[in-house]
Amino acid sequence: MRFPAALAERAASLFVTLASWEAAAWLAHSRLFPGPASVLSTLADEAMHGDLLHDLGATLARVAVAFALAMVGGTAIGIAMARLRALDTLLDSGVVLLLNLPALVIAVLLYIWLGLTEAAAIGAVTLSKLPTVVVTLREGARTLDRDLGDMARSFRLGFWRTLRHVTLPQLSAFFLVASRTGLALIWKIVLVVELLGRPDGIGYAIQVFFQLFDVRRLIAYALAFVAVVLAVEWGVLQPLERRLARWRR
Amino acid sequence: MASVTVGVSIDIGEKRYPGHSGARPVTALLNMRACIAPSEFCVITGPSGCGKTTLLNIVAGLDRDFAGTLSFAPSDRGAPRIGYVFQSPRLLPWRTVRENVALVQPRHADRMELEGLLTDVGVAEAADAYPAQLSGGMARRAALARAFAIAPDLLLMDEPFLSLDAAAADRLRSLLLRLVSTRPATVLFVTHDLTEAVELADRVLVLSPSPGRVVAEMPIALPRTERRDRDALPVLRAELARLAGPPIEPAPNTAKIAFPRPSSPHRTAE
Repeated sequence: MRFPAALAERAASLFVTLASWEAAAWLAHSRLFPGPASVLSTLADEAMHGDLLHDLGATLARVAVAFALAMVGGTAIGIAMARLRALDTLLDSGVVLLLNLPALVIAVLLYIWLGLTEAAAIGAVTLSKLPTVVVTLREGARTLDRDLGDMARSFRLGFWRTLRHVTLPQLSAFFLVASRTGLALIWKIVLVVELLGRPDGIGYAIQVFFQLFDVRRLIAYALAFVAVVLAVEWGVLQPLERRLARWRR
Repeated sequence: MASVTVGVSIDIGEKRYPGHSGARPVTALLNMRACIAPSEFCVITGPSGCGKTTLLNIVAGLDRDFAGTLSFAPSDRGAPRIGYVFQSPRLLPWRTVRENVALVQPRHADRMELEGLLTDVGVAEAADAYPAQLSGGMARRAALARAFAIAPDLLLMDEPFLSLDAAAADRLRSLLLRLVSTRPATVLFVTHDLTEAVELADRVLVLSPSPGRVVAEMPIALPRTERRDRDALPVLRAELARLAGPPIEPAPNTAKIAFPRPSSPHRTAE
């Protein structure tokens, strides 16, 4: 499909969504069900005069730090577990436990142990995501091509060059899957963590608007957040995916 | 010319693969001894499954789990640089040909030298292509370029021209001889094609069926250029075939090793 055609289709679908939302709001005729026009003007107003940008920035910073920690740590642990049998046996039950521990429990426990701190918040988000990265990258590292590994060893490429040119490219598909699913998970968890114990961020704002029954601002904040998520998906993840797949015929 | 390459002295008492899940362990090499002189082009041939690839992996240092010794001469030069051309090209699919070759070079390698090598090997025009876009012959040329990119003291080649059509294999053999004449290296070349063996070798070593050891050797003094001109290849090949003996097929005991079964009903199955 050509690019402008794809864009037109997306615009049409967006328009249909907004139109039916506006119609539903007009029918409901309630303060608790605002239409898109009033929500969007609130959004603009909050961005210019309210706390929206500050809260959005705080949330995104938490997402970025937790994402980076979980991806780097999870990748390292995953590869190590795939390569070292003893480590795999040692850590496996821990990973399974963490994988099945609800994020809410992790967040509450960390807030109790570390206090209502930034470290606890970021730690909770990181720990919720870490095991999925470990499991995905471990599966990936188990499929590593032995022939290419032998090639790297016989030419004495050394640890870092082998990692960068031989190992990580083979894991790029798994890394991308882990980023995708991981980011989707983080977007959801970070709001819960903020709602429980931070004085700023989108999650905190949503809690305030919930108590005020201020649905207009609640949806406006959520929309701003969704817009950022989509921008990351289209602006970062999809181009990255295309770039990593460049060598495929 | 002064010797700039290294010789190899191989003395492998035994190399065995541990049996997995109840299978009997397999002895791949037994009393495998050979001495390869600096700058010698040594071809190793033998029936399939006689441990030729195992031998190269041991010399390459990829496999250290064997009983015996391996030494390089002169020994005061430190670890020899070893170029390995595998049975399949084993290029990194996500790197272009140029990147694949440059990757193995020392960090401060000369860019001009790299381009010269790519031209010599005939992949200069495909240097920016990814391996998936290459023909089989071009991929093998790239693998050859990579092996020469480290200026190897020792070049290991494991049936590198297998699965190419006759004409392409022939061109690559000529290319290899040209490269070795301008960039001297000791070569250990494995093949089961006797014609290829007598075309390339200074000396051919014949391995026995598994477990492999050297059972015959044939030095070839005739200069390579004259081997073709005088149609000497068929004669040399016949002589090598006679040396290698008739049972070039796996011997009966090899079949038993390849498909192990419990020899007595008392053995417990795992």
